[in-house]
Amino acid sequence: MGDHHHGPAKGLSRWLFTTNHKDIGTMYLWFSFAMFILGGAFAMIIRAELFQPGMQLVEPAFFNQMTTLHGLVMVFGAIMPSFVGLANWMIPMMIGAPDMALPRMNNWSFWILPPAFLILASTLFMEGGAPAFGWTFYAPLSTTYAPPSVTFFIFSIHVLGMSSIMGAINIIATVMNMRAPGMTYMKMPLFVWTWLITAFLLVAVMPVLAGAVTMMLMDIHFGTSFFSAAGGGDPVLFQHVFWFFGHPEVYIIILPAFGVVSQIIPTFARKPLFGYDSMVYATASIAFLSFIVWAHHMYTVGMPVAGELFFMYATMLIAVPTGVKVFNWVTTMWRGAMTFETPMLFCMGFLVLFTIGGFTGLMLSIAPADFQYHDSYFVVAHFHYVMVAGAVFSMSAAVYYWLPKWCGKMYSETMGKTHFWISFIGFNITFFPQHFVGLAGMPRRIPDYALQFADFNMMSSIGAFIYGASQILFLYNVIATIVSGKPTDKEKVWEGAEGLEWTVATPAPYHTFERPPAVR
Amino acid sequence: MLKVSRNPVVDTVAKLVVTAVAMFAFVFVVMVPLYNVLCDALGINGKTSGEAYTSVQAGVDETRMVTIQFVATNNEGMPWEFGPSVNSMKVHPGASNDTVFHASNPLPDAMVAQAIPSISPSRAAAYFHKTECFCFNQQPLDGESSAEMPLQFIVDRDLPQDIHTITLSYTIFDVTDMVRGAVAAR
Ligand code: HEM
Ligand SMILES: [Cu+2]
Repeated sequence: MGDHHHGPAKGLSRWLFTTNHKDIGTMYLWFSFAMFILGGAFAMIIRAELFQPGMQLVEPAFFNQMTTLHGLVMVFGAIMPSFVGLANWMIPMMIGAPDMALPRMNNWSFWILPPAFLILASTLFMEGGAPAFGWTFYAPLSTTYAPPSVTFFIFSIHVLGMSSIMGAINIIATVMNMRAPGMTYMKMPLFVWTWLITAFLLVAVMPVLAGAVTMMLMDIHFGTSFFSAAGGGDPVLFQHVFWFFGHPEVYIIILPAFGVVSQIIPTFARKPLFGYDSMVYATASIAFLSFIVWAHHMYTVGMPVAGELFFMYATMLIAVPTGVKVFNWVTTMWRGAMTFETPMLFCMGFLVLFTIGGFTGLMLSIAPADFQYHDSYFVVAHFHYVMVAGAVFSMSAAVYYWLPKWCGKMYSETMGKTHFWISFIGFNITFFPQHFVGLAGMPRRIPDYALQFADFNMMSSIGAFIYGASQILFLYNVIATIVSGKPTDKEKVWEGAEGLEWTVATPAPYHTFERPPAVR
Repeated sequence: MLKVSRNPVVDTVAKLVVTAVAMFAFVFVVMVPLYNVLCDALGINGKTSGEAYTSVQAGVDETRMVTIQFVATNNEGMPWEFGPSVNSMKVHPGASNDTVFHASNPLPDAMVAQAIPSISPSRAAAYFHKTECFCFNQQPLDGESSAEMPLQFIVDRDLPQDIHTITLSYTIFDVTDMVRGAVAAR
């Protein structure tokens, strides 16, 4: 630990060899933003093609590659790494630890990510094109009928899975072993709690994803028949394995977002969180339930009625702890001395839109109704309300909230609010009409559609361009803040903020809490 | 609690690594076999047993007639001509019935095929017993030759009363490469 007492190294080697949690957090955040822009570019191509009915711009095969890569890059490249970055920055500062428990592994878990995505993106230029089987890569589309690039896809999933598992192990080891004396579990900030639970989910299900792609690899190259009916296997097995990973995965995406919102709302409502304990227990029960609902993605595969009913009721049950959380946030604001700075606006946007997504989720959970909704744009609308308005909005909130602490500069409130309102409006113009076209029967993942859907699709596309543009504004805001924001050295950037991260200097020094703080 | 090391961080990490490896193994040693056992036991997906039925039925139920329809499909890229000799037959539950499917290989080279059965409605799968079926084995055929492939089955007397028609569908797959690959690997 010789490098403990001086500042960062100079030049490129600082970033290549760093074991500092703040450096690594920063790299994760920038990397995820780059992936957000890349995935966004794919989305723009999708929406441009769908601007009008008929084949407009791209070949159907390329369209399918776009929907596939858009989903993969956004889920695994943008959302997940962004929250890992946030965890790296904030968890040690929130629990009074000098760094993560395993700084060297931290460096590796970041640095294997960019190659994984380079490989994934390079499939676009391979013979036969990039994977075109959807981000859920159902067999046999992803095995028997896959392009040759599928092997590279499998490899990149293995690598990014390793990265996630290493990151998760690091977070658990940090939270369990590095808390300052007096920082009991039930005193931890909620962001730390939600991440601890998320990390357990990751350790439990990322290996299952690795198992799924390994079985694909064996079916493709080693003559096994896990998913091939010809050899006695079953393609439906793939869906079970995938969704056993996939449903917990959606909570891996949203739980850290819940944590962020639970930090920010009390700050700007100037009241402590209404029910801390209930929030912790709700998070834990959501995590537990997420393991027994996976087949709600598979109502139409021909399950026995008992199975349909089990997964239907179990899914509906998740609405209970989720409701506990939503009411918790609302009651925290109730009679609070509220102000509406940008982070708070994003949190309120989150609250409203995530709740809409939760309700459409409940509609989808009704097995007989899902036979109509399944694989339609209604599902697309549902998961964008929970993932974009849920995870991405809360990530924007987090950036505006902690950016002053990170760089010692204030962002421009006007610009932040502009970003919020354009995002909010653009998002709703994009995705609200998709509920209607979905209910009217427009299937997802198609490059062309019936004329009756034309108007709503044009709206969706215009909204998407607005939403996309507003993210460029986000990038501008962050850079402008770092370069020329108004300097601040207030330790407590927000007057209502609570927690150890607000007791260190602003901007946060390279090393914090080298001696553990006193926790009351 | 189990202690792996005196260093608490190493201890935590070791447990988590074991958990991750165990979850990876879980896919192969629990999920896959469990899925197959469940499908067999419950007859879901219209999967029927891959082994010949050997028990004896309590007699023929002459009061009831069930229509059995036969469907044959070629998997993509499979060049054989493949189909049932009759499209449907009416049978009594409990009685043993025979029919044949025929297959011919129009290509000059020898090939191996595998037929995969499926029952609809899938609820009927548990009540459709095959005492003999070409689907139990792979079907080798020399180039430009054909074969009659036998099927013998019994519909269970306990078939739910509301089921009047059962569709038995076969999809035939070209497994020539798979068989050669397995031989080469040996
Ligand atoms: C009250 C909570 C929720 C319920 C009841 C629920 C229910 C469902 C159901 C039943 C489906 C399957 C629809 C179909 O394919 O026919 C679905 C799809 C989906 N949900 Fe949710 N959901 C909830 C929350 C969430 C959250 C929090 C996320 C992620 C942040 C999420 C992400 C997704 C995704 C990504 C899909 C589509 C996957 C795909 O087929 O590509 N959901 N949801
Ligand atoms: Cu789900």
